[in-house]
Amino acid sequence: MRAPLLEARGLRKHFPLRGGVLQRTRAWVRAVDDVSFEVALGETLGIVGESGCGKSTLARLLLRLIEPDAGVVRFDGEDVLAASPSRMKRLRRDMQLVFQDPYASLNPRLTIEDTVAFSLLVHGTPRAEAEERARALLGRVGLDPRLHGRRYAHELSGGQRQRVNIARALVLDPKLLVLDEPVSALDKSVQAQVLNLLRDLKAERALTYVLISHDLNVIEYVSDRVLVMYLGEVVETGTAEALSQSPKHPYTQALFASAPSMDPDRRMDRLPITGDPPNAIDPPSGCRFRTRCPFVMPRCAEMTPPRVPVSATHEVACYLYEAEPAPVA
Amino acid sequence: MALATALIEAPALATAPMSYWRTVGWRLARDRATLIAGGVLAVIVLSAVLAPWLAPYDPAAGSIRLRLAPVGAPGHVLGTDEQGRDMLSRLLWGGRMTLVAGLTPVLVAFVLGTALGVMAGYVGGLTNMLIMRTMDIFYAFPAVLLAIAISGALGPGLPNTLISLSIVFVPRVVRVAESATVQVKGLEYIAAARASGAGVRAIVRHHLLANVLGPILVSSSTQFSLAIILAAGLSFLGLGVTPPAAEWGLMLNTLRQSIYVNALVPALPGLAIFVTSMAFNLLSDGLRDAMEIRG
Repeated sequence: MRAPLLEARGLRKHFPLRGGVLQRTRAWVRAVDDVSFEVALGETLGIVGESGCGKSTLARLLLRLIEPDAGVVRFDGEDVLAASPSRMKRLRRDMQLVFQDPYASLNPRLTIEDTVAFSLLVHGTPRAEAEERARALLGRVGLDPRLHGRRYAHELSGGQRQRVNIARALVLDPKLLVLDEPVSALDKSVQAQVLNLLRDLKAERALTYVLISHDLNVIEYVSDRVLVMYLGEVVETGTAEALSQSPKHPYTQALFASAPSMDPDRRMDRLPITGDPPNAIDPPSGCRFRTRCPFVMPRCAEMTPPRVPVSATHEVACYLYEAEPAPVA
Repeated sequence: MALATALIEAPALATAPMSYWRTVGWRLARDRATLIAGGVLAVIVLSAVLAPWLAPYDPAAGSIRLRLAPVGAPGHVLGTDEQGRDMLSRLLWGGRMTLVAGLTPVLVAFVLGTALGVMAGYVGGLTNMLIMRTMDIFYAFPAVLLAIAISGALGPGLPNTLISLSIVFVPRVVRVAESATVQVKGLEYIAAARASGAGVRAIVRHHLLANVLGPILVSSSTQFSLAIILAAGLSFLGLGVTPPAAEWGLMLNTLRQSIYVNALVPALPGLAIFVTSMAFNLLSDGLRDAMEIRG
């Protein structure tokens, strides 16, 4: 296997919950707990999970917009978390983020053109050239630079705003694009347009994607490999095909079973899980899914199950699959 | 009919959109109450600025024989005060003092308060706590009481009035600036700017300030009327501008004993304060409506 473009090892982020008169830490929200994965150059990794499972926190950790409590992020072999401020500024050109909310992610006081050109100006591109490149890129993502360039974000539709978001992320010519729910705020028809645009851009610019979504259809449509998160932990990873054909983890099975499908052969025949995920403030001991798992065993409460391979490209963190070829020492 | 269609289509064809500030101006120009308030205010400010040329008499020169002439007396259109000084001249000159004493503290507070508030909001943590808790101490006292206390400690005179009123208004601006900053800081476009590698200075200048200045400006402009009333109030109490200089609050104080002799003349400085502060209030209301971003 080639050296990965992006590598995360043991990433952890717990947010303190403060309360009381003295603002003492009352509890910790375990947003991301011991998350590890790799993304190969040119690959699309889909990250899927329910809302509140730490997907967006993970995106921000990968780009070092927030500092993790523990763990390592390596980009192109370089330790991102150890980079000096000037080195970090250079690294940021190569790794960009597309945001979830097309409304909050654009500065209402900047024109579309200025929004896109800003990143270039930050990196010292002369204004005329920056504006020229911004206009060219706006054209590429399907906006008319002459018609929309001098408009403000609130004058555009959600789909158009998301195109601006993509243009802003691409204007620095990054190698890696982290897409945090890029289409979840859009209509279905617009979703398809934006996803196709993302697919075309990826081929054109040799991009690597980390796509975060709660929508399995979106994930399946664009991802090569998929990582399933539950309450801040990775429960299963594998190729998109392997996961949709034979999901192993009970949670993944439930996810696929509950996703509405257009294909009659894949209509749900099993009851998906019920209830809400437990609170990330005080997650269950051991396997965090055990409170909703139909196959729960006593040992699930004792320790977090390790990730075990079920095939060369498929790993699952569940005791149901551990016992099989346990080599005896 | 053809003309009507052409007229309807014309704006749609004009693709160049208006810039933000042009839109604000366009809206203001269509708001009649704000226009009238602005007009009244322009007249007041102009007459204060041009007082040396407009005033028919020396505002400090009186004549004992002409004390308390009624409104419309020959030679004195608005009458004279208890020392026989021309009321029109004193109102014009007094406007200068009142406006300076009212506007300067708000402008000082706008600049200082924005700087402190944005710093507290953006940096957060200990810096925020130090700045905001200090402001809370000042905020704990009623504005009038605080102004009187500081002016009383510093002594009367225009410079001291400016200092004490600035101290009264800075915490109010800091509060608005801090909460606006905290709110904007959490939005995704700030994170996007950080992700692009922009430093703190570039983010504050291009992304933060542009989005917090509007609310700060509007809330500061509502303070103008209060500042004018406080400035006049300090002078009324003898803590502000010192006699014989003309100032509306001071005039109100010296004329109040004459209210049973001639009710209209003592009411004039009060009327001037009322009209000016009202005009500022209406103007800031209009400004708030016009600066709203509509999706």
